[in-house]
Amino acid sequence: MSAEVKSVNNHILPHGELDGFIRKLSKKMKVVAPVAKEAGNFAFQEVSGASEIALKYVPTVLPPKKYFMPQREKMLDFDLTGAQPSDKAVIDAPELAVFGAHTCDLAGIQCLNMVFSERPRDYNYLLRKEKIFLIGMECNDYCDENASCALVNSHMPSGGYDLFFTDLGDRFMVHVNTQKAEEIVEEMGLAKASPADLAALDKVRERKRSVFRNEIGVDPRKLPEAFAKGEKSKVWEDLGARCVSCGNCTNVCPTCYCFDMADNVDLNMKTGSRNRTWDSCQFETFASVAGGENFREARSERQRHRYYRKFKYPLDKFYRFFCTGCGRCTRTCMARINLKETLKGLAKETV
Amino acid sequence: MTEEIKNSNWRLRKGKIIAAKQMTAAEKWFDIRLEDGSLDHEPGQFVQVELYGVGEAPISVCSSPTKRGSFELTVRAAGRMTNAMHKLDVGDYLGIRGPFGRPFPVKVMAGSDLLFVAGGLGIAPLRSLINYVIDNRKDYGKVDILLGCRTPSDMLFGSEIGAWQKRLDVNFLCTVDRGAPDWRGNVGLITTLIPGVTIQPERTFAVVVGPPVMYKFVIAELLKKNVPERQIVLSLERHMKCGMGKCGHCQIDHPKNYYCCKDGPTFTYDEVKASKKL
Repeated sequence: MSAEVKSVNNHILPHGELDGFIRKLSKKMKVVAPVAKEAGNFAFQEVSGASEIALKYVPTVLPPKKYFMPQREKMLDFDLTGAQPSDKAVIDAPELAVFGAHTCDLAGIQCLNMVFSERPRDYNYLLRKEKIFLIGMECNDYCDENASCALVNSHMPSGGYDLFFTDLGDRFMVHVNTQKAEEIVEEMGLAKASPADLAALDKVRERKRSVFRNEIGVDPRKLPEAFAKGEKSKVWEDLGARCVSCGNCTNVCPTCYCFDMADNVDLNMKTGSRNRTWDSCQFETFASVAGGENFREARSERQRHRYYRKFKYPLDKFYRFFCTGCGRCTRTCMARINLKETLKGLAKETV
Repeated sequence: MTEEIKNSNWRLRKGKIIAAKQMTAAEKWFDIRLEDGSLDHEPGQFVQVELYGVGEAPISVCSSPTKRGSFELTVRAAGRMTNAMHKLDVGDYLGIRGPFGRPFPVKVMAGSDLLFVAGGLGIAPLRSLINYVIDNRKDYGKVDILLGCRTPSDMLFGSEIGAWQKRLDVNFLCTVDRGAPDWRGNVGLITTLIPGVTIQPERTFAVVVGPPVMYKFVIAELLKKNVPERQIVLSLERHMKCGMGKCGHCQIDHPKNYYCCKDGPTFTYDEVKASKKL
């Protein structure tokens, strides 16, 4: 592809103009971006200018899935005052721009998109997704040693965004991927990228290829075999012995989407709502039934299940891993359960 | 897209209880009419029942689709929601979603002999199929019904079972785990009834519904009788929370990534024998 053709969708935003960009964007819609918090943590939250944003950050505590699939989401309002109960479907899906999502998190949203657009479709999710303007941010280097994005090939951009920023030192390369993004870039008056800019981008990518290397030393093409053979592996017993079933790993996972439904009655005891909340397969009662049976009673079974939901089942159904290599589960685990070590251990035992 | 939100699978249809009866100490039966038309279910499917303010639970439809105008549920008071549901009576309203799930393979089974094996509350989902078969009796071969429950007082659908017993076109046998002073029938586990039934295994579908613990033993007996694995049909129990194959609760630990609510709850034994637990 010639540089000229490629530049059609590539624009330039000098570092000094990022603040203006965010300010203008925040006049149009709410803008959220990674912000530094205590103890080296980061979180997506509302911003109004570039100075609030952490441009280099270790993946946020919660991934941007919290905007696509809120931790608590009202689905229905009901009213019990009449002769018979009445209800109304509700959705609160405001226009929103998510700025600075890493490629691992973009991949996570792509996974969720697959799940919720599979029939029967989940329109609550899809409507919310439609309202979110997604701006990605490339990682030129590893965030920390817990990431395994090269293993699952999510360290490079592969769609799933409206705009995508790559830091070229004193300016950002801005890739425009959608019509909506095109309009915004036009309105902001971003300059087209020059052949020199594109060469600089190539250089960043070239360098990345040598920096980002398979983090576990096991060919990802071997993982399906490892999981096919590894149902009874001792790694699950080891994980089960350490896991405290807190559910942190699934909460912070960009591709975990299991949920529970619950009714809440208002204090007046007349009105209330049905709500969808995040749930975790790591909780003891997740797979139990009212009759008393628990289909995943042991912690080892539940941990094993989590890994199979990332590396086995979605491969058959959606032809991809549902691990994006963000490293969050490892960072958050109180029992120091480490995804990279688990995969290495499983592979060593099985393939 | 707000129309889609309103008409999505989360939409609750209003169901009015038109009849209700306490069947045993633990089980209550409800006859429900939808305000906006028929449920249009198939035997073996389930609905999500919403008790406004309390929550939702998946319940098997226990009536045959050949019964028109309303559908029936038999509910054991086992959890918070089902205990609250037992307080409902004629005239009360429920929210209904569904029907959900893969039904019993009524068309595949047409022309074959049928051996029904029900344990405990398993008779509820199986009753939707048994009554369907009785109402379409000429489409099926020989029909045997085996029923097991804990004690005579746990037996569900007593008067209907009496009618099955009197019919000449079905063979009905039942047993209880523990007898009672006035009980003159069989005493023993459901598995004890199977050896005595005469079947032609190659032309028989065995449909087995009961608590998870029952499956292993009943399936072993059926395999001893040479019933092919793909002609053993089960209805598995899981806690389906969404009914759409998304919430994750009912996923079966099986290499094929089955969701009980969507790929099941009915499965043939050869489909699910690789599962860790049935």
